[in-house]
Amino acid sequence: MDLLLEMFSFTFMIRAVVVGLLVSLCASLLGVSLVLKRYAMIGTGLGNVGFASMVSATAFGLSHLALAISMPVVVVAAFLLLRVSESSKIKGDSAVALISASSLAVGVIIVSQTTGLTLHVCSAMFGSILAMTQADLQLSVGLSIVVLVLFVLFYKQLFAVTYDENFAKATGTRIQVYKSLLAILTAVTVVLGMRMMGALLISSLIIFPALSAIRVCKSFLSVVITSAVISVACFFVGIVLSFGYDLPTGASVVGINLVVFLLLSGVNLLRQGGKI
Amino acid sequence: MALITCRDASFAYEGRTVVDGLNFEVQTGDYLCIVGENGSGKTTLMKGLLGLMQPKSGTIETGDGLLPTEIGYLPQQTSAQKDFPASVFEVVISGRLNSRGILPFYSRLDRQIALDNMERLGVLHLRQKSFRELSGGQQQRVLLSRALCATHKMLLLDEPVSGLDPLATIELYRVIKSLSEETGITIIMISHDVRSAVEYASQILHLQNRQVFFGPAAEYVQTDVGKRFLGEGGAPNGSSS
Repeated sequence: MDLLLEMFSFTFMIRAVVVGLLVSLCASLLGVSLVLKRYAMIGTGLGNVGFASMVSATAFGLSHLALAISMPVVVVAAFLLLRVSESSKIKGDSAVALISASSLAVGVIIVSQTTGLTLHVCSAMFGSILAMTQADLQLSVGLSIVVLVLFVLFYKQLFAVTYDENFAKATGTRIQVYKSLLAILTAVTVVLGMRMMGALLISSLIIFPALSAIRVCKSFLSVVITSAVISVACFFVGIVLSFGYDLPTGASVVGINLVVFLLLSGVNLLRQGGKI
Repeated sequence: MALITCRDASFAYEGRTVVDGLNFEVQTGDYLCIVGENGSGKTTLMKGLLGLMQPKSGTIETGDGLLPTEIGYLPQQTSAQKDFPASVFEVVISGRLNSRGILPFYSRLDRQIALDNMERLGVLHLRQKSFRELSGGQQQRVLLSRALCATHKMLLLDEPVSGLDPLATIELYRVIKSLSEETGITIIMISHDVRSAVEYASQILHLQNRQVFFGPAAEYVQTDVGKRFLGEGGAPNGSSS
């Protein structure tokens, strides 16, 4: 309790917790669709694109605009990833690897030619809760709410497109619209979460809660709700631990998520064992 | 006027013609079976009928007030769907998506229609179950309920019995036949299983990268191509190699 009181006496911690909870919520909801559609790697790819755009912004002295510059770049990358992974020439996972590695390479080259591998680069890769400014907070809260509202409004379309694209298309759903929506929302979430979680770890926020929920839930709605609860809870425990024991925030959150995933996988195994 | 009229249609993938010379009509209440070997153009034609692919030449027209979005579709299942966490009810009601349009959530009417269709196909008691826990035959009936939620005019079934055991296969054929007789819904089915096709369907369309037969099933069995194909289809394990 004392720890929590102490934690919330710092303005930067309050900001970090508010933004983190909202981003975790968005990421976990979108993650369900992405994981089930086998698009989970998109998070990793977008994280790397975000890294490149963010360090570039800083390198050119525009660090105060880093979020605003990264957003459109990552949205475009998300579109590209979806489009490319659908064309028969280069298949999904290779397309993601292609874009991830090349953007990382561009980022590293720009950094080496300008600022060099500084603390700033390190925090872009592994996250830092100190990076959050008041303006970032407002932007993050606003966009997270937009993501959540759109997710709820288009929930049934997202289900249909995730579950059975062919059927949805055949019965007249414009699936490209909803896949693009999914890509844009994911891109926004990745950029918002990247500051705190780090470019290399943000994808876990999308993948882990959904994977854990899929282990134990039987219906789509229960997967979505469980994933959201797991994500928010893991983030909170993770950030408290990181504050209490002076651990990196992003890594702590991922660690807690991993523990939950292993626990639920164990539960699932026991259940199946009981059935046979 | 026919529900679907296909005139001199051909389909091509990347410039290479897969199937051509398509001339047939589907009337309301027909039960048409499209047969042919692998790669003979069956699935391509189905994509054309669903409006997912445009004919390279010729035309496919819908009539009798049938909108292209009013075709219920039972696709072949993908591997991703086999372990998808969704309840039976969630799957079935997703068939109502396009009647609902842009409005969020489903209405009470949508729910009622979904429940009615599950009852018609005898899967109402499974509605809380997870789709991935069902048997193959149950899964197909759930997907049929979903297709019926999307339409009451025409169903397109893509190899609906593939992967089912013999008992479930017979049962599914009976379910489809009784749907056709009781509701008068038009059915177009792709099938490998030419023996069952002539037994249950009213019309046969045989493809071999072109149309080799179109007409009543009773006539088909008298033709040379029909006899030959039936002979092959009767080989052990019913394989149609």
